Amino acid sequence: MAGIPHDHYEPTSTSEKWLHRRLPIVGLMYDTIMLPTPKNLNWMWIWGIVLTFCLMMQIITGIVLVMHYTPHVDLAFASVEHIMRNVNGGYMLRYMHANGASLFFLAVYFHIFRGLYYGSYKAPREVTWIIGMLIYVLMMATVFMGYVLPWGQMSFWGATVITGLFGAIPLIGEGLQTWLLGGPAVDNATLTRFFSLHYLLPFVTLGLVVVHIWAFHTTGNNNPTGVEVRRTSKAEAEKDTLPFWPYFVMKDLFALAVIMVVFFAVVGFMPNYLGHPDNYIEANALVTPAHIVPEWYLLPFYAILRAFTSDVWLVIGVEFITGGIIDAKFFGVLAMFAAIIVMALAPWLDTSSVRSGRYRPMFKWWFAFLVLDFIFLMWLGAMPAEEPYASLSLIGAAYWFAYFLVILPLLGVIEKPLPQPATIEEDYDAHYASKTGGTKTLVNPAE
Amino acid sequence: MFIKQLTAAVTALALTAGAGWAAGAGYVENFDFSFEGPFGTYDQNQLQRGLQVYTQVCSACHGLKFVPLRTLADEGGPNLPEDQVRAYAEQNYEIFDADLDDFRPRTPVDHFPESGLEAAPDLSLMAKARAGFHGPYGTGLNQLFKGMGGAEYIASLLTGYTGEEKEEAGTFLYENTAFPGGWIAMAPPLYGDDVEYADGHEATIEHLSEDVAAFLMWTAEPKMMARKQAGFTGVIFLTVLSVLLYLTNKRIWASAKGKGRKDA
Repeated sequence: MAGIPHDHYEPTSTSEKWLHRRLPIVGLMYDTIMLPTPKNLNWMWIWGIVLTFCLMMQIITGIVLVMHYTPHVDLAFASVEHIMRNVNGGYMLRYMHANGASLFFLAVYFHIFRGLYYGSYKAPREVTWIIGMLIYVLMMATVFMGYVLPWGQMSFWGATVITGLFGAIPLIGEGLQTWLLGGPAVDNATLTRFFSLHYLLPFVTLGLVVVHIWAFHTTGNNNPTGVEVRRTSKAEAEKDTLPFWPYFVMKDLFALAVIMVVFFAVVGFMPNYLGHPDNYIEANALVTPAHIVPEWYLLPFYAILRAFTSDVWLVIGVEFITGGIIDAKFFGVLAMFAAIIVMALAPWLDTSSVRSGRYRPMFKWWFAFLVLDFIFLMWLGAMPAEEPYASLSLIGAAYWFAYFLVILPLLGVIEKPLPQPATIEEDYDAHYASKTGGTKTLVNPAE
Repeated sequence: MFIKQLTAAVTALALTAGAGWAAGAGYVENFDFSFEGPFGTYDQNQLQRGLQVYTQVCSACHGLKFVPLRTLADEGGPNLPEDQVRAYAEQNYEIFDADLDDFRPRTPVDHFPESGLEAAPDLSLMAKARAGFHGPYGTGLNQLFKGMGGAEYIASLLTGYTGEEKEEAGTFLYENTAFPGGWIAMAPPLYGDDVEYADGHEATIEHLSEDVAAFLMWTAEPKMMARKQAGFTGVIFLTVLSVLLYLTNKRIWASAKGKGRKDA
């Protein structure tokens, strides 16, 4: 990989040379696994491996589940029960797949907020960030369609509500909704196409994951200081980095094993805790559940969607200006998508020259509020659409947009950053010197 | 301005949410079931008693269409001997056989029948389709500590009749303290001594309700015991693996960390 100078694979034996001249695949693998990695990475840098593992786990359990599942409105629910009751280990496969989605999103939120705090999205890693956002959107589409497949009440009504959002788009909305559903309402055609796409999209995601990894292997990892690895010579680069194998592979595997302990406890002892009981009732177009709620990981954006009701002055204003084209429903849809788009635009909205939040005294607080805001919105998304939750959702949504559109651009101008360490090595040594009671003078009191 | 709005909103929330969540949902008692918690297992005798209650009372209207009769012989379930399962299927339920163009007695490979009454929901998954515990304030913490409460909901419903009834648009509704809204269309199914337990267990309404709730938990989650065992195996194995990986990781990093100190 380009970027940080390091040793490359040299074929030694005749057969290795033979292969290397024809296909340098061993070299590619060597360079990938031996990537020089900033040695000061903290425990927030483990989520990438967890995410890769989640994707593989979902694909493997999913492929086996497909062998026993029937995508038909009359048979889908019963086929899931067949998996739970008759398939060998089927209950574990299904519970791992269902809870695996939760782990996947838990990890992706840690991963995204890690990136937001340490400025991983900033130049030169914008492409990595954008691809990451695409992966996140694909994940949401995949998980939404996957949730429809068991054909429970929440599957059916969730699909009805979410595809209804597309119906809110002016002019083309209704046609688009019919096209998405394969008919006028959620029915067999919807189930079969969601099944097909739920199988396809993870492989598209896998492709994007490869590009995501390729992109940050080109620029090198960010690190908690945000200071770049020295690249003038190999000797200097080696002072700032350690090879990915074995240092970070072992560290990440240890973290993954600890996370899997918790995961297996959830799957083994409380597999339905994160699900909704209504999804154990077969879909019924004639009975609407009392509260239609998405799974926990989609709740923050669901809250933003519902926040912009027709009595909000901004919505009234926009509706008036656009002559009614953008009504409250469409406004909500736009807000939901915009909430993700503003996040994707963070590299260009953040004006600060300092990358890591560690050296940004004001940013730290606004960021902490953003995390709280996200959790707050998640809670609001599960609440019924009534007061005071509607007003609170509006406040939560307003902060989300304000953070990206106002606070990030302004902070870069008004904030006086703290001094950063000159090199990663300095930060690393200071960290371990302070831990072991050494006498090194601290250039930066890291965290 | 922002902070002020937020405080006002939070105060309003604290005042209204408590009241909002208390109303509507019924009262569900936290029964003590043998299958609760990570170490909980089904009580085989209780499941057999519950099957008896289901057969003699519930099955008059309700069905268990997702439950194969053969699973009554499963370990980790009622664990009936196979000849008893065969006899139970033959004596209690018929099925229309298209090949014979006639009804025949059910065999262990058939499922329990569907609900006989349209208004009576299928009970196969009822213990997972209802959550007895909610909140507080929509956080789901009660479910974390008490469990989902599906079986508790069923037992509370069966013991929750007050004896009051009213007629509304031609149907009778019965007051029930566990049912959301307080009035349920199902007439009180249990009066005490509805069945005679072979093991001499006293057939009070509470016992009958708990037994059938436990049985319905099993119909909803027949592999619970195997699942918990798999969970334990996973947790123990992965804990050992974590320790080994921790030690490996520590060893690998020792030189890299020591270097930092030496240079300093």
